[in-house]
Amino acid sequence: MRALVWHGTQDVRCDSVPDPEIEHERDAIIKVTSCAICGSDLHLFDHFIPTMKSGDILGHETMGEVVEVGSAAKSKLKVGDRVVIPFTIICGACDQCKRGNFSVCERSNRNKHLAAKAFGHTTAGLFGYSHLTGGYAGGQAEYLRVPFADATHIKVPQGISDEKLLFLSDIFPTGWQAAVQCDIEPTDTVAVWGCGPVGQMAIRSAILLGAKQVVAIDRVPERLSMAEAAGATTINFETDSVIERLNAMTAGKGPEKCIDAVGLEAHAAGTVDAMYDRAKQAMMLETDRPHVLREMIYVCRPAGTLSVPGVYGGLIDKIPFGALMNKGLTIRTGQTHVNRWSDDLLRRIEEGQIDPSFVITHTEPLERGPEMYKTFRDKQDGCIKVVLKP
Amino acid sequence: MGQHNPRNVLPRTALRGRSQSVADRVAQGLGLFSIGLGLAELLAPRAVSRAAGLDGHEGVVRAYGAREVATGLAILSSHDATPWIWGRVAGDAADIATVLFGAPEHGPGRARRDATLAVLAGVTALDLLCATALTAEKGGRRTARADYRERSGFPGGTRAARGAAQDFETPRDIRGPEALRPWRREA
Repeated sequence: MRALVWHGTQDVRCDSVPDPEIEHERDAIIKVTSCAICGSDLHLFDHFIPTMKSGDILGHETMGEVVEVGSAAKSKLKVGDRVVIPFTIICGACDQCKRGNFSVCERSNRNKHLAAKAFGHTTAGLFGYSHLTGGYAGGQAEYLRVPFADATHIKVPQGISDEKLLFLSDIFPTGWQAAVQCDIEPTDTVAVWGCGPVGQMAIRSAILLGAKQVVAIDRVPERLSMAEAAGATTINFETDSVIERLNAMTAGKGPEKCIDAVGLEAHAAGTVDAMYDRAKQAMMLETDRPHVLREMIYVCRPAGTLSVPGVYGGLIDKIPFGALMNKGLTIRTGQTHVNRWSDDLLRRIEEGQIDPSFVITHTEPLERGPEMYKTFRDKQDGCIKVVLKP
Repeated sequence: MGQHNPRNVLPRTALRGRSQSVADRVAQGLGLFSIGLGLAELLAPRAVSRAAGLDGHEGVVRAYGAREVATGLAILSSHDATPWIWGRVAGDAADIATVLFGAPEHGPGRARRDATLAVLAGVTALDLLCATALTAEKGGRRTARADYRERSGFPGGTRAARGAAQDFETPRDIRGPEALRPWRREA
């Protein structure tokens, strides 16, 4: 089959690789009908996430049709089922899964010794996201093996387009969880840093959840225009002071809720801390660039909440923890517990509350995936979200 | 313009079927060239300074060698080589100025001086082309082609969307502390 394969820093190719096979009785194989490039794939593309190996198949936003089912998954899946595959692989039975904390499933990461060394305890296995998260083949391919398939799937009905459903795999529940973690009140101003795909979903989720005001922060005009479309007020951080504007919009008090939908590759040209991060990163003394985290801690209203769906990989520096502590801020983080939200979000799509396909700007055949990684990374051609068709 | 058709305008920023553009490849080549030239300047400063018509300037050549090695390593290890390629352009300017003012205009060294300036002009042109291409490949205000102000994502409109999901109950393990809640739904 054809698949997008990581060969090294900024080197992705569309290769012919062996078809996946059932390896365990709980596995299933799906024929991929649509997959997408996620913003967090760019961290792999740029090689910020360790433990990637040349030959790894990328992709964790995938949907398709079940074509083969292992014996132990047959009670939940059958050939022909239409499924969206959540990016977190879950066993469905461990203590964390039972609590709904699916992204920290205790069983699905087959390299849990690596994760435990890096993080203290293991986190869930992920599709196509380094050997730290299990080294599982990803779904930017014609076929995907789904481990723990009896739990790791979202059954979706026929009659709704792939484009409306595909993002149940990651960015829609990720943006939703980011907003839910803010525990939004009708009096809240919610500021969202980053208007990429997750930021766009977080903006819409905050609006659906009833925030008084949503403020979107970015520098790319087309991304800001997409945020405006949902009813957000926008700040271009290249031309305006984020802190001054946010304070002005909140009678000097700062936003109650702040969402970091940027993560470890923050682009903040011209600020002292950005130059500091670049220099430390070049000397390999810091892995991530946490400009957004610093800014959120500084501007957030005392007793407010920070929600961090943006991916961080390792070590960050010069975090104003004194401000965080003295202002009594709550910080909520984590990969997304996709299956915790999927039924509710599928209902909202079916009821027409939201149509997540708004975010798709490019639909291309799988073979053009390598080029689209670069187009997406460099924010060329108005690119916000790429869907690939195998 | 609302919707846009990317197939009509998609720029060829990458090689077909690959994730790297021509400019990315050229940048990597320049990084390797930097390291090679820098090592030569560090290890054989006398030979390099003689070849450039800069006899007696071994110290300067050695310092430039350190600069070349550092820039080359930065290009090869960086996630975005653009600023480092612009750094090479600045280095080229320094090199040209050094040869212009440091090498003899007359006498037996002139031919070597002129040849060095010609080589430096060629390398500078390549660095400039690469830096300009890399900069152009980045999206931004100048490259914006689309306006998505019609893409709300709310089929019922933005007004209907506000608070449409207030039937959602935040799970107990995610709710903020009661003492910090400014407003109560049950009030």
